[in-house]
Amino acid sequence: MNVKKMIASIALAAGTSVISSVVLAAETIKVGVLHSLSGTMAISETTLKDTVLMMVDEQNRKGGLLGKKLEAVVVDPASDWPLFAEKARELLTKEEVDVIFGCWTSVSRKSVLPVVEELNGLMFYPVQYEGEESSKNVFYTGASPNQQAIPAVDYLMSDLEVERWVLAGTDYVYPRTTNKILEAYLKAAGVAEEDIMISYTPFGHSDWQGIVSDIKKFGGAGKKTAVVSTINGDANVPFYKELGNQGVSSEDIPVVAFSVGEEELSGIDTGPLVGHLAAWNYFQGIDSEANEYFVEQWKAFIGDEKRVTNDPMEATYIGFNMWAKAVEKAGTTEVDAVEQAMIGIEFPNLTGGIAKMNKNHHLSKPVFIGEIQDDGQFEVVWETDGVVAGDAWSDFLPGSKDLIADWTAPIKCGNYNTKSKACSGQVQ
Amino acid sequence: MSVLNSLAQASSRLLAAMRQPGRGTSWLVGILLVVTLAMSAANLLLPADSPFYVSTYTITLMGKYLCFAMLAMAVDIVWGYCGILSLGHGAFFALGGYGMGMYLMRQIGDRGVYGNPDLPDFMVFLNWQELPWYWFGMDQFWFAIFMALLVPGTLAFVFGWLAFRSRVTGVYLSIMTQALTYALMLAFFRNEMGFGGNNGLTDFKDILGFDLQADATRVALLLVTTFLVVLTFLASRTIVQSRLGRVIVAVRDAEARTRFLGYRTEHYKVWLFVYSALIAAVAGMLYVPQVGIINPGEFSPLNSIEVVVWVAVGGRGTLYGAIVGALLVNYAKTRFTALMPDAWLFALGALFVIVTVYLPRGLAGLFGRATELMYRRPDTGKDKTTRDDGLSVAEVGA
Amino acid sequence: MNALLHKLWSVAIVLLLLPTGSPLAQSEPAGISADSVLQQLPGASLKKTGELIGQLEQAGGAEMRPLFEVMLAGELYFVKESKQIIAITKTERRTYIGRDVFGKAALGEFTSREIKKIRVNNRLRSQLRETLARIDLLHGSKLAQKQAVLAMLDDLNDKNMRLLTTAQQSGVDGEVARLIDLAAAMVQLRDSRVSEERLEAIGVMSGQLEPAVRNQLQRLVNDAQEQDLAVRAAAQKALDKISERIEFFGQLEQLFFGLSLGSVLLLAAIGLAITFGVMGVINMAHGEMIMLGAYTTYVIQQLFPGAIAYSLLIAVPAAFLVSGSVGVLIERGVIRHLQGRPLETILATFGISLILQQAVRSIFSPLNMQVVTPSWMSGSLVINPVFSVTYNRLYILLFALAIFAALVVVLKKSSLGLNVRAVSQNRDMAKAMGVRTEMVDAMTFGLGSGIAGVAGVALSQLTNVGPNLGQSYIIDSFMVVVFGGVGNLLGTLVGGFSLGVANKFLEPSMGAVLANIIVLVGLILFIQKRPKGLFPQRGRAAE
Repeated sequence: MNVKKMIASIALAAGTSVISSVVLAAETIKVGVLHSLSGTMAISETTLKDTVLMMVDEQNRKGGLLGKKLEAVVVDPASDWPLFAEKARELLTKEEVDVIFGCWTSVSRKSVLPVVEELNGLMFYPVQYEGEESSKNVFYTGASPNQQAIPAVDYLMSDLEVERWVLAGTDYVYPRTTNKILEAYLKAAGVAEEDIMISYTPFGHSDWQGIVSDIKKFGGAGKKTAVVSTINGDANVPFYKELGNQGVSSEDIPVVAFSVGEEELSGIDTGPLVGHLAAWNYFQGIDSEANEYFVEQWKAFIGDEKRVTNDPMEATYIGFNMWAKAVEKAGTTEVDAVEQAMIGIEFPNLTGGIAKMNKNHHLSKPVFIGEIQDDGQFEVVWETDGVVAGDAWSDFLPGSKDLIADWTAPIKCGNYNTKSKACSGQVQ
Repeated sequence: MSVLNSLAQASSRLLAAMRQPGRGTSWLVGILLVVTLAMSAANLLLPADSPFYVSTYTITLMGKYLCFAMLAMAVDIVWGYCGILSLGHGAFFALGGYGMGMYLMRQIGDRGVYGNPDLPDFMVFLNWQELPWYWFGMDQFWFAIFMALLVPGTLAFVFGWLAFRSRVTGVYLSIMTQALTYALMLAFFRNEMGFGGNNGLTDFKDILGFDLQADATRVALLLVTTFLVVLTFLASRTIVQSRLGRVIVAVRDAEARTRFLGYRTEHYKVWLFVYSALIAAVAGMLYVPQVGIINPGEFSPLNSIEVVVWVAVGGRGTLYGAIVGALLVNYAKTRFTALMPDAWLFALGALFVIVTVYLPRGLAGLFGRATELMYRRPDTGKDKTTRDDGLSVAEVGA
Repeated sequence: MNALLHKLWSVAIVLLLLPTGSPLAQSEPAGISADSVLQQLPGASLKKTGELIGQLEQAGGAEMRPLFEVMLAGELYFVKESKQIIAITKTERRTYIGRDVFGKAALGEFTSREIKKIRVNNRLRSQLRETLARIDLLHGSKLAQKQAVLAMLDDLNDKNMRLLTTAQQSGVDGEVARLIDLAAAMVQLRDSRVSEERLEAIGVMSGQLEPAVRNQLQRLVNDAQEQDLAVRAAAQKALDKISERIEFFGQLEQLFFGLSLGSVLLLAAIGLAITFGVMGVINMAHGEMIMLGAYTTYVIQQLFPGAIAYSLLIAVPAAFLVSGSVGVLIERGVIRHLQGRPLETILATFGISLILQQAVRSIFSPLNMQVVTPSWMSGSLVINPVFSVTYNRLYILLFALAIFAALVVVLKKSSLGLNVRAVSQNRDMAKAMGVRTEMVDAMTFGLGSGIAGVAGVALSQLTNVGPNLGQSYIIDSFMVVVFGGVGNLLGTLVGGFSLGVANKFLEPSMGAVLANIIVLVGLILFIQKRPKGLFPQRGRAAE
């Protein structure tokens, strides 16, 4: 821990004089970092905290923003969901940060949401998620289901001619929603009910013997079978190990995953995984100058040659840079101004092409399908023609097919019903 | 029946107890009331730029701490006074919380993102067609409160009745309570249960028609919480100081002997366990509107263990110790997570180790010793300590 | 797909045109030379690579086998400058050792900038596998031949059948011959119009467990156009027989799954059975002892990158020492001061577990660590097409039993064991008899923690090695010990296995979560019935 930072925060905490903190706030632009540094989610979120710190450093080296230096305020919500709300309130009212980068799990975002809306804060959420949300105060830089799941299924259907589907997921809202969407999508594409198998397992499930054996039997029916996996982080290692050991190879039954990236692979013996697939908006292995620079910068910042980059990091990178651009465009860090300035902002992806922030606070990004290689990296085997615009509300769920989000005048609503022409609920 | 008699007796002495000058009681009640009232006034009446202004953040934080203090008292009553170490009190807390959460969820009505007047949002997007039966009536405040007490109360009764009747004691009981809360956690994680799965219940709008995000509502919630904490404290103190309380302590210290003296010890234990579970449930009910979310994580066995740690830090067998412990540990947690996010677990872990090893009676023990020294009373603690946990019957009191 | 089939088809025709019986290796390329094809490989697109593989098989036949194998393993590279095709072995130090694809000649070290990988994807991999199968059918080992025939069962076209016939004529026996007969029967059932022949074919297929057989019979039974009722009835009967056998092996598989889960529970709980069961210390840091063992495995693998195969063998004693010494430290530093306050050990050890978790996070980073599975732990023992036993689970099952046996021997036969039992039964009396109880306490706690560390080595092969590893096992461990009866090792064994088997037999019908919940609720009710577990400790020590 940085001694200076510690002293500064102790000084603040002691609540020295109100004046000094006002002066401090005037001199710097504060960037809140709300990622778990302990508890179950620390494994994924610590990286994102470091990414934000790296971006802040970089921005400061470029001279800061609006002539002010940026200052990162890091707190630890400790993978405790109510604590996320409390820490968000602390960041917004006590530290008076201008923007928050944070959250990973859906539940943490749901916990923070009422707080940022009440206090009119600004948050960037960098992880792929189930969609079905659009808040005035949140920008979603990760993928929504139509930017990850649906392209992946398209690829499996068209290129690998898959006819039988296993939708395996951890029992929480992201897999549930994604699988609901995929089920509707597959049925619309003419897949029969008996050719879809859905299975849910608890968090951190480690005994996959039975389920893998079921998948094997399901796949032995003579039709090309694939597994669409929304299995959450930690449970993946034992899952792939069991697949490998039971002799299910990627050629027989490929598994396409939405939560397995470079970082997850760095903790796995990738031998048995080679050839399985993942769908993301970014892969470390994609050749581009920006990406090469970013990877080098990250390795240097973290001081470890072996550290990898991943999709949520790119989402943080894009989010941060878009915010910086929007602040410069608006000439202030005031939330309402920045929020309006954000819409339409463009920033180059690390993988080439331009990401654009849409009216629904979601990004337009390219989608890639990669095959896992034995070095823990991905080989891109397929990509969308251009960028795909993120959908806040899925067209394949009966509850949300008429909803859109549009934060520009005159609609200015996160859940606008196109049929009834009304903004349901949440009248701000 | 003797239990009920004793309870009636106990309640009649409640008023008397409030005036009774007891060690570490009046001052605690006083401080709690003064501090929360002052904070409330400072939040509502002072302008935000006044140096004495108390932010809403602090108000909700205080409210949360007090809910935890209440939960700690619930654990202390069964553990400190009756020797039942429950590692699953989080279950009752969370069940109470879910009861309140369901009410708040129904209050959202058609203001949810999908505008469905009956179904909560999480049900709409997972294609639920109608409200499950156990959600009916939860839009009525009184009914929700009733259920939020009935369910944990019944669970505690059934569990206690089964366990104490077959004389499951000590570590077995502790592990069973842990299994209970763990099983409930797994169950509530399931989306099929209809409680929102991992995401739980959140995005509440208002309670009894009052906007939950308004400062006045928050202050009111804090005041209600303080009032209930004080009430629970006084009621519990009355119980433990009554004849009933003496029997309970006797059960803790020598259950077999108490039984031989003709007391149906299991009855005392069951009712005390139910009483404690109800306190935990009330704490849960107050917690949810203040933090704005309830999810299955509250059932996690680790949470319940943490509550036990608060009590141990404060000093078990003393009600004010439980309150002080809960407030202090949680305040430390809040400070540490902001001050040294990478290392706060070291500090927290070390605190637990040091307290258990060097302060077996917690801070209350330290305080007690200090007052003893101040009044230059002869140190009788060592001779009186008949039990290995450093508590003696004579010293029990609030 | 059609294009691919077409390609394979043409390749096969060329193959069949070759004089049967003569080894392909000796045949000189007809038309195109393998070398000229090879020259096109560097930089070819994935699609083009597929075509080139076909041409290579056609031109080089069995000679190209090493190339295909290297390619399948993803080790085929080319030197950027000279376009020379080489095989690359990657080392731990991220250097690249080159070797000749066809010979064994070493070509020295390369840097990542000098070489480029020849990319393969799933489609190419399956094409390569099919190609290798065709080559192996005639030239490979028994095992390779079997694999080749099995692969062809799914796609019994004429060229595959002709290959199979060729293979049979060249003389195969045993399993391979049976499979080829089976393939012939399947074709006969499909193509023949004569009832007797088809019935005869069904006779051969009846009771065979290969999925292709089942699928064909199922299709026949479901086929509304099938007029031959006798054939259909026979097929149904054959199918029933297959289902019956599958059902049987399914139960067997379920049992193995249960035992395997049980062995994991046993491993996790066995150390606790000592610290908790014998000493009465409620060790919430037990899970972290397991975690330390798993991290030790990781460190050992980092220290000896060349000896992955033996890493686990080295890790077992190392993990025992590491976790054991941490255990002794905890006992001497903390638990000693809590003598006779068993419930309070929960709090102290809970604090220790937080410290250990955060320590691991600070030292190793919060990320999961990569523990490599040695090759002898990978794969499975295939007993028949529907029943196989994975090696890692099998070894861990055996390992758990071995640890258990060793522990029983230590406690029953060694002087430490005698002292441990004496102290746990009557501390004061043991002390009066001259037993150094303090020493024994430290050793017992060290032993329990050490065993937990050893369990960590085994678990590192099944699950994530990360700071949260311990937490996921702590509750299960307590359940097992309490269910079995505190202070009774045999109880832990029986408890672990029965919980495991119960869980796995409930799982198919109600899903993993509900099965877990039901087992927990059952456990709570069981303890009400028998408050001291399956095997209660008797005598005065119990109270």
